[in-house]
Amino acid sequence: MISKSQSDATLVSNYIKGDEPSLSILINRHQQRLYSFIYSKVYDRDVTEDVFQDTFIKVIKTLKLGKYNEEGKFLPWVMRIAHNLVIDHFRKNNRMPKFNNSGDFDIFSVLSDGTLNAEGELVQSQIVQDIRALVEELPDDQKTVLIMRMYNDMSFKEISENTGVSINTALGRMRYALINLRKLIEKHNIILTN
Amino acid sequence: MAKLYTQKPSNSNTFKPKTETINFLLNYSKALKVSTYKGLKFESILN
Repeated sequence: MISKSQSDATLVSNYIKGDEPSLSILINRHQQRLYSFIYSKVYDRDVTEDVFQDTFIKVIKTLKLGKYNEEGKFLPWVMRIAHNLVIDHFRKNNRMPKFNNSGDFDIFSVLSDGTLNAEGELVQSQIVQDIRALVEELPDDQKTVLIMRMYNDMSFKEISENTGVSINTALGRMRYALINLRKLIEKHNIILTN
Repeated sequence: MAKLYTQKPSNSNTFKPKTETINFLLNYSKALKVSTYKGLKFESILN
């Protein structure tokens, strides 16, 4: 009853004189309006809560320091403080943009550190085994060239010197090795992706 | 079964700060003391 009858100006003046319950009445009276005002600008519950708190911290400090001089205009003054803090919040966020994981999309499902997890490692080792088995099925001349090129990292010049065939023959064998590998993959219905 | 959209949930409490926030502010207010010394004002938290 008393709280309804007292004006903001009276409550502010009582609070400055040391009457703590006056602040409680002021906050209760204006909390919904101020909270909605902040939320309508930031659209985030946690940020709204922070800005609301910072606003009243500023209000409390200003009143206690005796710097308040806007008699009768308490709410517009508080709203202006909140407004300035909202601007500060957006300025800060522009300098340090924050990615908010909301809804279905999670940035961490796209980003990874490049290392494989346990399942990935298993799949990877399975792929290596499958390829080794497929290579074994190739004709010997193609298999030799492919192993020298892919596993031993030799140039076609070195391969031709080692196998005693021309570079063109080595290139041709490599080409057929790859064609045959593709055929074998299709034949065995193997999926070689991690 | 068809959904009923007629009854809207009450949102009277949704646009209010948490009780913790209010309590923090009231406690902060009680703890904050301003002392004046030779024309200078000093803030202190008495917690």
